[in-house]
Amino acid sequence: MHAEGVSKKFNRRNVLRDISFALAPGDSLAVTGKNGSGKSTLVKILAGVLSPTSGRVVYEASGSRLSSDEIRPLIGFVSPYLQLYDEFTAVEILDIIARIRSSGAHESARRRMLMEQFNLWDRKDDIVRTYSSGMKQRLKYVVALEHSPSILLLDEPTSNLDEDGINAVRKVVSEYGKSGVLVVATNDAVEAAWCSRQLKVGS
Amino acid sequence: MTFVKYGSIALISFVIVAGIAIPLTQSPQSWLEFPVIPGLEEKARNIFFHVPTAWTTVLAFLVSMVYGFRYLRTKNPDYDQKSVISAGLGFMFCILATVTGALWAKFNWGSYWNWDPRQTSIFILLLIYGAYFSLRSAVELEEKRASLSAVYAIVAGLTVPFFIFIMPRMMTGLHPGAQGDSSGGGPLFQSGMMAGNMRVLFYVALVGFNLLYVWLFALRLRIARLEDRQRLRQHRED
Amino acid sequence: MIKQIMAVFSKDVRSELRTRYALNALLMFVVTTVAIILFALRGEHAGPTVLAGMFWVAVFFTAMSGLSRSFVSEEERGTTMTLQLIASPTTVYFGKLLFNVMLTILLVAGVTIVYLAVFPAFEINDMSIFLLTVFLGSLGLASAATIIAAIIAKAGSRGTLYPVLSFPILIVPLMTVMNATVKSLEGTPFSDAMVDFVVLISYVMVMTAGSVLLFDYVWKD
Repeated sequence: MHAEGVSKKFNRRNVLRDISFALAPGDSLAVTGKNGSGKSTLVKILAGVLSPTSGRVVYEASGSRLSSDEIRPLIGFVSPYLQLYDEFTAVEILDIIARIRSSGAHESARRRMLMEQFNLWDRKDDIVRTYSSGMKQRLKYVVALEHSPSILLLDEPTSNLDEDGINAVRKVVSEYGKSGVLVVATNDAVEAAWCSRQLKVGS
Repeated sequence: MTFVKYGSIALISFVIVAGIAIPLTQSPQSWLEFPVIPGLEEKARNIFFHVPTAWTTVLAFLVSMVYGFRYLRTKNPDYDQKSVISAGLGFMFCILATVTGALWAKFNWGSYWNWDPRQTSIFILLLIYGAYFSLRSAVELEEKRASLSAVYAIVAGLTVPFFIFIMPRMMTGLHPGAQGDSSGGGPLFQSGMMAGNMRVLFYVALVGFNLLYVWLFALRLRIARLEDRQRLRQHRED
Repeated sequence: MIKQIMAVFSKDVRSELRTRYALNALLMFVVTTVAIILFALRGEHAGPTVLAGMFWVAVFFTAMSGLSRSFVSEEERGTTMTLQLIASPTTVYFGKLLFNVMLTILLVAGVTIVYLAVFPAFEINDMSIFLLTVFLGSLGLASAATIIAAIIAKAGSRGTLYPVLSFPILIVPLMTVMNATVKSLEGTPFSDAMVDFVVLISYVMVMTAGSVLLFDYVWKD
């Protein structure tokens, strides 16, 4: 995966200017910068939910460029901007998302493992609207990880999480640090230290 | 551009003078006499103003659509600028065409508005332009405003063929060429009721109004770019 | 692809059944609009042309109150990004289109029942013309309303702008269905209504094809 000269403007104001980097499996990148420096914007562009004003993000697998439809199942994304359909229960949401992804049979073993890891298994049949913000954040991790993505994009990974939650995230992060591609956007020096490389955005 | 500017002024002035001054006679002998078209008489002179403005309205709309499409492709704000300018001019010509048409309708068909298919079409075009500008004023982010309004212009453009080509032939109407037209001869052009000199003057008017459009377009683009530059400079000073 | 579209569609249906947001509003709007028309007519006898026109007036305004929900609700709850992450734009578009087609058909069925109940002069003399008109009309209405809803959801002032943007685009199908509905009430031969059906079918095809191509630019910021 590599980004080539990615820029984004809002109202012709440069938010991101000419950002380039390349990441291979096993690489991890921490995106740091002040509030409003464009960390979240960059992560959204990497996730493919925002298009850059100029430049491009290219994903390659065994030498050939992947289309946006091929990239989608490879990405797991957690962000405070991400909202879930909160009129459903956790299990219903996971079912709905798995069906829309049509990622085949719902891997109930993996789901159970993830939900236990994030301490949600007991509350799996509760409507998500009744969840606390920390529990919603945990559920986002389950949603992001259930389809076994090879690229994990985390924006403010530990917001709203308690100690147990943070430990669960660290475990996931260390797994991805070895085999997958990991990008973390954060202000926290501890979280930034999870990654092997750092990129500072904004002036 | 000077050529376009003075050309449009000269041609339109010529059309105004010639279109109004040339007398109508039953059997025209020279180039300086118009034939009498039954049912239209003196009112036929409006063809030099009404039809070219209506034509320019449609042209401006197409130009706006094309630039909107190019904006979506390239995300270059300059194309959005051009698209809006053309839409603004199209709106102006649309009002002119509606007013000249309504006046013509009053004296030919008895009332200003008859919901003839072509009147309906131009009314819809007015609504589309109105909706386009209301959409633009509702969106604050420039990039979003540009792409949403470009998409809207194209979607609206998709319906234009329906009311230009299909509706006039489906419904009874009063315009020449519509279903139920008593002469049955199709639009004035094909029926051969327009004499040679009228046709020449008509084409002169058409070219004149198109040049006027091009000139105004260039003028507005220059103004917009200057304003942009000024805004950028202020931005830097802040 | 079809499976994914159905998954988006069924998500919207289940969400709607749980929140009843659009359905309740649509039902109330049908009742309100028909009541206003009844007051306006004051027991005056209305012919087929007026009734057919009023029929689609009721459908249009009700549709304008409910069909934008499909995209506006995603935008308001902030779930747009979730959907972008898990489904391709084309999948989302067709899922939403299907949902809006279903809502429109339900809505037209509702208006038909109310009309048959309150207007004795609303007598369908040619059922085949009527059913086909209503079906193609719903497709036409939903196809244009869906892409406009997507635009509106991304724009600022949502509610007021929706009918303003939709009306010029819906005039072609509205005039055509009004024409065809008059024919079904008067009971003209089926072949007479063919022109209207051809116009409606080509409208639906042009709108849907155009929307699919343009949807990407609206859906992604």
